[in-house]
Amino acid sequence: MSICGTSLNRLIARQHQRERWFRALAASAVALALTVLVVFLVDVFADGLPRLNWQFFTSFPSRKAEQAGILSALVGSVYLIILTAVLAVPLGIGAAVYLEEYARNNFFTRLIELNIANLAGVPSIIYGILGLELFVRFMQLERSLIAGALTLALLILPIVILASREALRAVPLSLREASFALGASRWQTVRYHVLPLALPGMLTGIILALSRAIGETAPLLMLGALSYVAFLPTGLKSPFTTLPIQIFNWVSRPQAEFAVNAAAGIIVLMVILLFLNALAIWLRNKYQKRYQW
Amino acid sequence: MSFVQQYARRRARVNWGELALQSFLAFCGLLSICTTIGIVAVLLFESLQFFRHIPVWQFLADREWSPLFLAKHFGIAPLVAGTLLTTAIAIIVALPLGLLSAIFLSEYATPRARAVIKPVMEVLAGVPTVVYGYFALLFVTPLLQKVIPGLQGFNALSPGIVMGIMILPLVASLSEDALFAVPRSLREAAYALGSSKFQVALRVIVPAAFSGITASVILAVSRAIGETMIVAIAAGQQPVLTANPLAPVETMTAYIVQVSLGDTPYGTLEYQTIFVVGLSLFVLTFGLNLASHRLKRKFYERFV
Repeated sequence: MSICGTSLNRLIARQHQRERWFRALAASAVALALTVLVVFLVDVFADGLPRLNWQFFTSFPSRKAEQAGILSALVGSVYLIILTAVLAVPLGIGAAVYLEEYARNNFFTRLIELNIANLAGVPSIIYGILGLELFVRFMQLERSLIAGALTLALLILPIVILASREALRAVPLSLREASFALGASRWQTVRYHVLPLALPGMLTGIILALSRAIGETAPLLMLGALSYVAFLPTGLKSPFTTLPIQIFNWVSRPQAEFAVNAAAGIIVLMVILLFLNALAIWLRNKYQKRYQW
Repeated sequence: MSFVQQYARRRARVNWGELALQSFLAFCGLLSICTTIGIVAVLLFESLQFFRHIPVWQFLADREWSPLFLAKHFGIAPLVAGTLLTTAIAIIVALPLGLLSAIFLSEYATPRARAVIKPVMEVLAGVPTVVYGYFALLFVTPLLQKVIPGLQGFNALSPGIVMGIMILPLVASLSEDALFAVPRSLREAAYALGSSKFQVALRVIVPAAFSGITASVILAVSRAIGETMIVAIAAGQQPVLTANPLAPVETMTAYIVQVSLGDTPYGTLEYQTIFVVGLSLFVLTFGLNLASHRLKRKFYERFV
């Protein structure tokens, strides 16, 4: 009897031991992922921070690493993102409103849905190939700001649609029914009741989609966006460069001084992205609290 | 005109406006289909031109890829091998770490820990790939070179590892969704039989969520195959048929970047190679995405 008790105790002890080990293992997996992020950030800050000065922000690219700067890349990125947003946001919200509020559940709708889900998984470089052939060659937009923005708009469109649909779905059905009961048309319901409530949620998704577009490099490389652009874009058809492309250019040079420039560029890019991420999270938290159903 | 007629007329006018709006919204939805058609059309059109000169069997069977050299060979195998090698390394890194993270987040973490970990994971997922490329080339490779003496400056190992870190948040968050979808009753039944948390997690939850986890891993594989900047920066540009992670390789995506950075004239056979490689890439990732989508839907149908 007592022997049986001790072996049971031992079994339980072993069980607990294993439990603790596994818990520690799982926790360390998470810790490792987070540590890597911290180590990467510390590394890039250590490399690039000394290089960050006013001259770095106000200079054009140069053959001499210490004279090179990110002015044209930064301005190019800002222009490109604004243009991309102007193109992708109305179309994305429109498609989401159609799918959520108008479309019947038929073959056509299911085809669009499946298609959007698949488009979200297409490698970004494929969009670059499409942009190269369709916008640069066929529409003869050359290697211009507008060609880049159109390509990026197609790239983030599925993300904008998916995020907007989620926000629309969060608006309770009772609100729509109340509006219809008062004699509002479908569009009036959407315009005055559903959209205003869904907008903060949409905005969160849109900001995250745009922050993805800011960091995108491969499709713009395909279009032939230039890394040596020593002037600011003057119009829609002007050549341009962006921050990630400038970073890529500096990384691929063998000289160590250019790697320092790349690190400094990465700091600027990461600060912009963290700011956008924080903005999205802040928006989400703020409006989640206000509208509780 | 009677009131009823006036009313009917006004309603008819309003309906026209609504119809116009509805067509515009439908057009937005249609645009996504046009994008797919555009991608397929562009890839197929240029690839067909290519296959007029190079037979398909040669493209699939030749063991060399050297379209930019004088002695031209057009065998996709080395590029596929390079892609699969870096992808395999990435999965070896991301699968255990991602799955363990998912188990930790869904079974062990307190709500407060989750509230901290999830946003940080989101940041990790949002880091631009060109930044990961920088880390692979200038941080991870030098670090690995201290441990592995024979490691070359460009290699498959370092971008593979960094790519694994890049897709880790994807595996973790999708797997966590799958674990979370397992009904409470299964957990409770296992606990009632006296199982420990460890046993419940590994013997009940993970097997129950297996197809959902597989779907997330397939999606991660597809993401790794299509990943461009990390491999373009740190893996090198040597299309060789090798499984050696210490040597430079070239992936399909890196090749496309290499050609687009050079000044290959439009319409030549060399120019068309990027579309053929692009088509192969598209078919590969499309198939994986579709499989993942199917599996995921089946999984959620079973439980929800």
